[in-house]
Amino acid sequence: MKPIFDRGPSLTLRLFMALLASVGLITVDHYTDASVQIRSYLTASVGPLFYLANLPQDMLFGASEQFKSHQKVLEENQVLKDTLLLQNGQLQRLQFLQQENDKLRALLGASPVTEGKRLIAEVLAVYSHPFSHQIVLNKGSNDGVTVGQPLLDDLGVLGQIVSVGPASSRALLIVDNTHAISGRIERTGLSVVAEGIGQADTLRLIHLPHSTDVIEGDRLVTSGLDGVFPEGYPIGRISKVQRDARQPFLQVNSEPYAKLDRIRYVLLVWPHHGTSVADPQIIAPESEESGKEQR
Amino acid sequence: MSTNWRFLWVHVTVVLALLLLVMPLPAAVNLFRPDWPLLVLTYWVLALPHRISIGTAFVFGFLVDVMVGTILGVNALGYSVVAFIVAANYAKIRNFSILQQSLLIGLIFAFYHLLIFWLSHFLTGVSFRMAYLWPVLTSMALWPYIFLFLRRFRRKLKIQ
Repeated sequence: MKPIFDRGPSLTLRLFMALLASVGLITVDHYTDASVQIRSYLTASVGPLFYLANLPQDMLFGASEQFKSHQKVLEENQVLKDTLLLQNGQLQRLQFLQQENDKLRALLGASPVTEGKRLIAEVLAVYSHPFSHQIVLNKGSNDGVTVGQPLLDDLGVLGQIVSVGPASSRALLIVDNTHAISGRIERTGLSVVAEGIGQADTLRLIHLPHSTDVIEGDRLVTSGLDGVFPEGYPIGRISKVQRDARQPFLQVNSEPYAKLDRIRYVLLVWPHHGTSVADPQIIAPESEESGKEQR
Repeated sequence: MSTNWRFLWVHVTVVLALLLLVMPLPAAVNLFRPDWPLLVLTYWVLALPHRISIGTAFVFGFLVDVMVGTILGVNALGYSVVAFIVAANYAKIRNFSILQQSLLIGLIFAFYHLLIFWLSHFLTGVSFRMAYLWPVLTSMALWPYIFLFLRRFRRKLKIQ
C-alpha cells in the first residue's frame, strides 16, 4: 500500500462521526414531525430504482402472458365473463339496497354513506422485513394520492399510505409493528383496537377486559372511528381467544383477510369527507342527537 | 479510463445490490433474502479499505433506510459499524481462507442484525424471533461466490 493521498481522519473518529450522524437522523425521524416531508422527497428520489428493480418481474409476467395458449386464454375469458355476470347481478340488488338504506338513514337523520373515488395501483416493491411491513405502489401525487389514504384488496383492508412521491408512494400494512387500526366486532358491535405485531398473519386486539364477549371465528370490520379507514370494510377473523386470569387483559388474535404476503394489485380509496358538508340539513339533527347521548 | 472513472464501478455494484434488496420475491423465500448491499460493501471495504470505508457505508446504509422504509439512520448506523469492523481488521481478514472469512462474515452479520433489532426494539418495540437471523446464514453461504465474483471483476477493471 502506498499512501499517495491524505488518509483523512482516523477510523475511530470516522466511526464516531457516523454514529453521531445516525443518532441525529434517528432522533429527527422518530421524534419530530419534519420527517413526513423529508420522506416524501426521499421516496420521490428513489422511485426510479423501484421501477428498475421491478423490471425482471414485469418481463417475466409479460413473457408468461405472451406464451399462454389460445385455449387457456379462452377458458380464462369464460370464467371472467361468468364472474362478471354473477357480480353484476349482485350489484343490481346492492344498488337497490343502498338507495333504500340512504332513505332509511335520511329518515333517521343520519348522514348517508357514499362511495368515494377509487383507483387501482400496482405494487412495485414489497418489503416485508420482520421489523417493517411496507409496500411501494406505482401511483403517486400525480394521480392524487395523499398521505393517510386507506388501501384495500379484494378481501379486506391492507394498510394506509405513509409517504407520497410524484410517481410512487409507500404504504404501511396493518400488520406492521407501528400500525394500529380501529375495528368493530361484527357480531356484538364492540369497538376494539387491532395492532400489528410484525407477523404477516396476525393482528393483536389490545385492552379487552376478561368479560368481553368474543369468540373464535368472529368477523372484525373497520369502525371508521380512527378517521382513516372508512366504516364497514373487513379486517380479519378472530383466530385465537385466550382467557388467562393472570394477564390483565384478554389475549385475542385476529387473522387478516387480505393476503398480505402476496399482494400484486391494490385498491386506493378516497375517504368521503364531502358528503356531510354538501347536505347540511341531514347532518344537523345527528349532531344534536350525539350531543344528547353524551349527556 | 482514468482511476476515478473506474472507481465509479464500485458504486454501480452496490446500487445493483440495492436493487436486489428490494426486488419483489415470493413470500416463501423473502425471509431468506441475503443482505446484498452489505455483502458487496464488505467486499469493497476489504479490498480497498483506504478508499471505501465508513463514509461510503453510511451513505449506502442511509439509502437502504430510505428504500426499505425503516427509521432513517438505523441501517446507516449498522452499515457504519460493519464497515468499521472490517476496515480496522482488513489485514487479518484478507489472510483467512474463504471459508474462514465466511464464518467471520456470519458473525459480523449476526451482530449487524442484532444491532438493528436492538435499535428497532428500543424505538418501536418489535419482539424477537429466530427467523430474523435467516439472512445471516444465506449471506454466509453466498460470501464465497460474491468474493470470487467481485475479485474477478475488480482485477479485470483494474480498480485499486
